[in-house]
Amino acid sequence: MDFAAPVLNYSLLSPILILLAGALIGVLVEAFVSKALRPITQLSITLGSLVLSLVQVWRIRNEGSTTAAMGSVIVDGPAVLLQASILIISIISVFLIADTEQFTALAAALPGSDEERHALQSGNQVTEVYPLTLFAVSGMLLFPISSDLITLFVALEMLSLPLYLMAGLSRRRRLASQESALKYFLLGAFSSAFFLFGAAFLYGYSSSITFAGIHDAVNGAAGNDVFLLIGIAFLSIGLLFKVGAVPFHAWSPDVYQGAPTPVTAFMAAATKVAAFGAMLRIFYTAFANAQWSWTPVLSLIAIITMLFGSLVAITQRDVKRMLAYSSIAHAGFLLSGVIALNKAGLDASIFYLFAYGVATVGGFAIVTLVRDSAGEVTDLNRWKGLGKRSPWVATSFAVFLLAFAGIPLTSGFIGKFSIFSAAYESGAKGVVIAGVLSSAIAAFFYIRVIVLMFFTDPVEDGTSVEIPSSLTQITVAVSLIVTVALGVFPAPLLNFITDHAIFIR
Amino acid sequence: MNSLILLMLLPMLGALLIGVLPKANETLTKQIALATTVIVAIVTIAIAVGFQRDNVDLQYVQSYSWIPSFGINFAVGIDGLALVLILMSTVLAPIVVLGGWNESHGGRWSVKTFYVLILVLETMMIGVFAATDVFLFYVIFEAMLIPVYFLIGGYGTGQRSAAAVKFLIYSLFGGLLMLASIIGLYVMSGAQGGHTFDLAALSHLQMSSTTQNLLFLGFFIAFAIKAPLWPLHTWLPDAADSATPGTSILLLGVLDKVGTFGMIRYCLTLFPEASKTFTPMILVLALISIVYGAFLAIGQRDLKRLIAFTSISHFGFITMGIFVMTSQGQSGATLYMFNHGFSTAALFLVGGWMISRRGSSTIADFGGLQRVTPIMAWSFFLAGMSSLALPGMSSFVSEFLVLVGTFTRYPVHAVIATFGIVLAALYILIPVQKALHGPTTEGNENLSDLNLREKIAIAPVIAIIIALGFYPSPLLKVINPASAHVIAQMGFTDPAPTNGDK
Repeated sequence: MDFAAPVLNYSLLSPILILLAGALIGVLVEAFVSKALRPITQLSITLGSLVLSLVQVWRIRNEGSTTAAMGSVIVDGPAVLLQASILIISIISVFLIADTEQFTALAAALPGSDEERHALQSGNQVTEVYPLTLFAVSGMLLFPISSDLITLFVALEMLSLPLYLMAGLSRRRRLASQESALKYFLLGAFSSAFFLFGAAFLYGYSSSITFAGIHDAVNGAAGNDVFLLIGIAFLSIGLLFKVGAVPFHAWSPDVYQGAPTPVTAFMAAATKVAAFGAMLRIFYTAFANAQWSWTPVLSLIAIITMLFGSLVAITQRDVKRMLAYSSIAHAGFLLSGVIALNKAGLDASIFYLFAYGVATVGGFAIVTLVRDSAGEVTDLNRWKGLGKRSPWVATSFAVFLLAFAGIPLTSGFIGKFSIFSAAYESGAKGVVIAGVLSSAIAAFFYIRVIVLMFFTDPVEDGTSVEIPSSLTQITVAVSLIVTVALGVFPAPLLNFITDHAIFIR
Repeated sequence: MNSLILLMLLPMLGALLIGVLPKANETLTKQIALATTVIVAIVTIAIAVGFQRDNVDLQYVQSYSWIPSFGINFAVGIDGLALVLILMSTVLAPIVVLGGWNESHGGRWSVKTFYVLILVLETMMIGVFAATDVFLFYVIFEAMLIPVYFLIGGYGTGQRSAAAVKFLIYSLFGGLLMLASIIGLYVMSGAQGGHTFDLAALSHLQMSSTTQNLLFLGFFIAFAIKAPLWPLHTWLPDAADSATPGTSILLLGVLDKVGTFGMIRYCLTLFPEASKTFTPMILVLALISIVYGAFLAIGQRDLKRLIAFTSISHFGFITMGIFVMTSQGQSGATLYMFNHGFSTAALFLVGGWMISRRGSSTIADFGGLQRVTPIMAWSFFLAGMSSLALPGMSSFVSEFLVLVGTFTRYPVHAVIATFGIVLAALYILIPVQKALHGPTTEGNENLSDLNLREKIAIAPVIAIIIALGFYPSPLLKVINPASAHVIAQMGFTDPAPTNGDK
């Protein structure tokens, strides 16, 4: 029997390989480097590999190839843009993860046990979080470039498993954190099963697992349409779960609230880019000509997601839960970019993902700063008068909220405008109208937080604002600059996206 | 550099200068703000002098590419309509700064922040009228909500944060409807020869009447909230009640004009057919606003709310003048916008001084001011007369023009609207009588009269009101060609005046 050695284009795969190497070195560091040196070593390795990977992505920006890994991945313009977004978002999130106050001392210890107390007293830190982050990021980089269903599934698990662990690492309120991790894991596993089920049907329909093969089968109308429909439906459930669209959103408020805030920031921003990236590729390339079968359902889901997210967010009293529901609403807005199914929709989605991701990390970075003696304060009532106590922190948060609300001169507005106009252009007027209405609803609760911060008097209850560490300052500053710059001068990035974002099959 | 761009940059420069100054030096902050606004006003007057009055094309045109992938330009230019409103805004700004010299002290934040907000707002006020790119207009239209929101919520009185939120939510809602319409225009322009936001290019779009009606409504509702037209007016009395007098002048005098300006500039120009379709309905809403605003004004006991309701009535007149589609109506409405800015400014300035001296805004708490503070009382009297459009005051000319313009096409409407004038006499004369005449109410004996600063602030306002009352032609010469142009573009000709002798 002949065995053909796989031909890999290492330079095109290097962004992922660099991260995997960094993660493996990180694991070795856990074993061999002394406790005192571990945090700084891990942080430098993580940042180093992320930056190196980003440099590599930049170097391959003009290359396109379907054969980088034996037809399992496609490197093209959208791939490069999405990978770069994920890496930039990850870099600014890592600065937050470096804040040790957020993480438990010993992940394996039972909450409240002697062991845990001992670990806390001895000044332990869970530096494992760094290699876990790198593993997750490498999965995220693979997700949007996968071009067959098996690779897509592997990437999905690769990015999810480390996240399940990271969600359970919170130092405070450990039970809630562990519960959120378990919830995320169980529901995630469940959705993976749906995903696989769908993949099996698609294979049955097209007798191919590659996107190109499915595309040809759809064009040839050779297979049984029922298989195609079931396949698309179940595969979409798996993907919609990851992006937190209604009715597959149930995990996200709990997980956002329970997970350590830096992990929430990373997860909320980067996972969304990766998952929508994969979704865009599969719907734009594999299912494009079966548009009639999925657009109506996806439009309905988008409309429900927008309205549900915005409406329920109004009732939230916890800032992290509020941001979770706001991210559900944004998932709805982003779905309208998938539905648009045109070049403008692709460009707009990529811009939106980047702008939203950066603002999200910035927003959660602010959440990590508001604390009392027992850790973070996420009850919105205790954010009253923040504008008086620390005007800069409150102003920054207000800018991020305005960006989420899509107020002009922030990146959120350009994103919303471009994604809605793409959807309108494709004829999805109902989605645009629902989007505009839910934006109006959403504006209400973003503004309410601004009112709390600026127009209510502070209550003396020990809530204070931590002086941001220089790393957190970098995160906030970068997010702030990007959010405003993309609102005022979006042209360079938009042009770059327009020139590069072309899927190849 | 283009004069309009320079005009927009000047307040920004002032704001930057204030921003780098130390917080402690409040007087210097105010002086810089005053100097900046005065310079801006002078530059505007220079622009007005250089304006070619008979030319109906846009002037001082300048365009920079902003977001080329969406065809968005940073494009400015003015016609007679925009010029008049920019002139009004920039002349009012120094008056607001001078008249409300001390109103930044009771706020949540520093004096510095107050003036930075005012100056940023001034830049946007100029930009919103000067923009000739629909996207740029929308951006400024929405962005200017933010400084006003903080001015009301941070420096107002009473239920200021609730009022600020109400104002913002209303405006954002309208703005988002407009965004949907703008997206519609953008997509259609893409289908008909390339994406653009240029106002002139968009006005040539071909669209079905259903589309045109829907897109028109998106714009119109946003403007009707801003203007504000009954039944979308409910945010205004609260906002005016809570804001400082200076903020109220900018809010009612300038920002609300963006609504009526937008009706002419965007609704009529972009959707001529839809405007005709909706005219009967809009005229009814305008009439309701005139009468309803007047009735509620009569019933008010609070001075600030009274002024707010008179404005609702006046905005009814302006809207009616716009949609009767005659050149007199159109000119009258434009002149009305200008005059309403100054008569409202006079009312709020003097009213604000009365309130801060007495420590109460209830009308019944005043009384006999004529005897104690004659200059303040006379100023308030003149402001009131201007508001009720007494002949000899500038607002008489504009109200008359609107009514004449209405009568030639909609006589019944004109007759009903005339009742608004009668009611205006009531809602002004009752408070004038209560507050100024009669025996001095207890507690008012020691009120001080206007000081020099306040006299300097109110003098130009009253001078403009009276001067334009007797000699409105300098403004009308600018307005008339622009109005005639709008009406001609819509395909209307003025009906021949009916002869009463027949």
